[in-house]
Amino acid sequence: MTDSNNTRTHLDQLESQSIFIFREAFHAFKNVVMPWSMGKDSNVLIWLARKAFFGRVPFPVLHIDTTYEFPEMLEFRAWAENHYKLKLIVKINEEARARGVGYETHDPVTVTHELKTVALQQVLMEYKWDAIITGIRRDEDPTRAKERYFSPRNAQMEWDYKDQPPEFWGQFATNPGKGEHVRVQPLLDWTEVDIWRYIQREAIPIPKMYFARNGKRYRSLGCSPITTPVESNAATIDEIIAELETTKTSERAGRAQDHHERNAMQKLRAKGFL
Amino acid sequence: MTKIDNRKVKIVFVGHVDHGKSTLIGRILHDTESLPEGKIEQIKKACEAEKMEFEFAFLLDALLEEQEQNITIDTTQIPFRTKKREYMIIDAPGHKEFLKNMITGASNADAAILVIAASEGVKEQSRRHAYLLSMLGIKQIIVVVNKMDLADWSQDRFKEITTEYRKFLVDLGMEARCFVPASAKTGDNVAKRSGLTKWYHGPTVLEALDATEPTPPLVDLPLRFCVQDIYRFDERRIIAGRIETGQLRVGDELVFSPANKTSTVQSIEEWNRNGTAIAGDSIGITLTEQIFVERGYIASHQKDTPIETNRFHADLFWIAREPMRVGKLYNLRIATQEMKAQIVSIESVLDSSTLQPKIDNDTQQLERNEVGRLTIQTRAPLVMDNHDRVANLGRFVLTDEGVICGGGIVFGGMYTDRVAAKSKNIFWTEGKITPPQRAMQLGHRGAVVWFTGLSGAGKSTIAQALERELFARGMHTYVLDGDNIRHGLNSNLGFSPEDRVENIRRVSEVAKLMADAGTVAITAFISPYRMDRRRAREIALEGKAEFVEVFVDAPLEVCEARDPKQLYKKARAGEIREFTGIDAPYEPPEDAEIVVHTNTQSVDESVATILEQLLPRLRPEEANA
Repeated sequence: MTDSNNTRTHLDQLESQSIFIFREAFHAFKNVVMPWSMGKDSNVLIWLARKAFFGRVPFPVLHIDTTYEFPEMLEFRAWAENHYKLKLIVKINEEARARGVGYETHDPVTVTHELKTVALQQVLMEYKWDAIITGIRRDEDPTRAKERYFSPRNAQMEWDYKDQPPEFWGQFATNPGKGEHVRVQPLLDWTEVDIWRYIQREAIPIPKMYFARNGKRYRSLGCSPITTPVESNAATIDEIIAELETTKTSERAGRAQDHHERNAMQKLRAKGFL
Repeated sequence: MTKIDNRKVKIVFVGHVDHGKSTLIGRILHDTESLPEGKIEQIKKACEAEKMEFEFAFLLDALLEEQEQNITIDTTQIPFRTKKREYMIIDAPGHKEFLKNMITGASNADAAILVIAASEGVKEQSRRHAYLLSMLGIKQIIVVVNKMDLADWSQDRFKEITTEYRKFLVDLGMEARCFVPASAKTGDNVAKRSGLTKWYHGPTVLEALDATEPTPPLVDLPLRFCVQDIYRFDERRIIAGRIETGQLRVGDELVFSPANKTSTVQSIEEWNRNGTAIAGDSIGITLTEQIFVERGYIASHQKDTPIETNRFHADLFWIAREPMRVGKLYNLRIATQEMKAQIVSIESVLDSSTLQPKIDNDTQQLERNEVGRLTIQTRAPLVMDNHDRVANLGRFVLTDEGVICGGGIVFGGMYTDRVAAKSKNIFWTEGKITPPQRAMQLGHRGAVVWFTGLSGAGKSTIAQALERELFARGMHTYVLDGDNIRHGLNSNLGFSPEDRVENIRRVSEVAKLMADAGTVAITAFISPYRMDRRRAREIALEGKAEFVEVFVDAPLEVCEARDPKQLYKKARAGEIREFTGIDAPYEPPEDAEIVVHTNTQSVDESVATILEQLLPRLRPEEANA
């Protein structure tokens, strides 16, 4: 909300742009799904979808459950599913778990690939979605900075970032071939601080783990064994925003799979990781 | 702490390859302390390990292969902030092959920094990029004359480049805000004023940036509300879309083009903005009168309507590998409109380095990275503006198989003469005529629209109103009803149960043939039995024609009260036997594609309901299908 009729804030502009993208995707694709990690960006995405579609999320949301989820996140999942009346699909890579793939025995890049990316591949094969609405942002990671709003992936979910379709004037690439899909990314232009300012403005419910307890808080949430909290006393959104305005630590510093080896994130993403 | 302006300014960096864009960005990130902790140390270490000299450009090129090739592969966006406000840097690659990426990045920018290396001077890409910036409508341009350290900080060299480039921009109708002599490598005149350029009194790069403005919402232009979709998630019928320009209030009378029907805004359904929505807002509205509206319609105010035409002039840049060819069919998109289109002729091809038209009067194609001035014809009229009047509705893209191949701007369109744009007869294809080709030429597919309902429910009335609506859209359509079937084709049939079955069978076959010929055949018969209707559907589907069942529903009492032909009265009196609803059953459809309720909906509303669901089914399939 703005004070004057004829001014729009930066957040208003981001919000309108995201809604525009949601509606273009909903029109262009027959079979849409929205992965939902219960993290802050994911919850902003749900909020924007409800704005775009007048109180509804008119497509299913998908949780790739690695079985290493924080219990608080699962509680939040149950609450939000009911509260927002979501069509929730939960996917676990049972086959990999049965083979014993897990953080106890394997390195984080392998586990992330198996339990997230391969799980996504499996569930994509099953439901044949032609568009996946993601919550990724350009400022999260240098590889994500090169994304498009509508970003095609081939049948193996690979991303040809060297030859991406052009995108301008609100016109997007909307023709996945057989077995291919398009990643639709309404939050691409948002920054971490924008997300927090918007959560504050709209009073969007998020898991409590983002707020400091005993001098630590989670800044980015992933699997419990490989996600570490950052030193922080920020216990309110105001304090988090103040912290982000001075911090120079990167957002995903606490996510082990990104740092396992040089260019780990690039390798993960080229193979289909969100 | 200084208060930060809430609005971010998006800055695109363009210029010839190797003139130092990435280095300048790295320098700005460094000098504004916008880098994550440890980033520089990390890259310095990596450089040592690989025995390379550290460069600021590496800060940007996080992808390994970019460091190897030393060129930026794709557009990158990176935020930074000065004391004044926040920025988003768009790094657009200078390499010629990556023009499409440069356009992708630059199209969103509020302002541009154009980098020219003092050591090399004005090059091809320095010119080409400026030309594209002008087509993209970016007016705030800062020219950074970089690598001044390699030119010994020579004022003469700076003047030489400035004079040459300023003249080039003037020829384009553009003007740079300023020229800044700088060195991204040493940092002189980027964030800090240099002691080496005592002769220069203009702003540093950051000062020049802080003097730019974010593009304000285009509220003072005529209203253009572009419809994205119609939502009926509940009892509301919400027209969802974005306001590209102008503003809209509850109570405004809107003209929806291309049909040019008017209705009044009843409500703005988005979170309340005190009854006003402005350029840039994604909104939903409801209307007082339920006129037909679909995706692609553009709403405006009566006093300032857009152009409606199927033939127009444009400047077009081409970025696909395959050249653009005269006569080939493309999809043309303007805002949310999409239509088949072809290039009628190319008037000239501009050499964007020299900006001179190439002398070749018989050009039949436009190569990748070329800009041409041409005439375009679309299959049906589109709604647009001249680019210099309303840029958002004056720009379009051409797509081939869903991929954007080029972008253009419209000029010279007439605002006064909206209906005169009649299509010229153009032969799109040759050879054996297939159903998709037939649909392509007609602009729509053939179909059987099968009405069913009680006598007096309104089948004939609505069928005729629908026929008129389709006809008005330039579509081929015909109503089959008792009047034109019973008197000729079926004159040998009576009203026995067998004859009724045969009557419907023959109607089904005729409707199928008409649909195959490309016509939208509308049948208006009671057709009370599910089995007959199922057979009609099977016949149509055998002929690969679209079949759409429309249930014209009204309670028996209502139909009997209407009794337009006094048939119920006669049936009640026993003068007619086996009359549907009285002494013969009516089996209502269980899965009709469309249902209208004529006891609660007016004829216009019923037709609007049918159109909304029928028209999408009649669109020709994509050319590649």
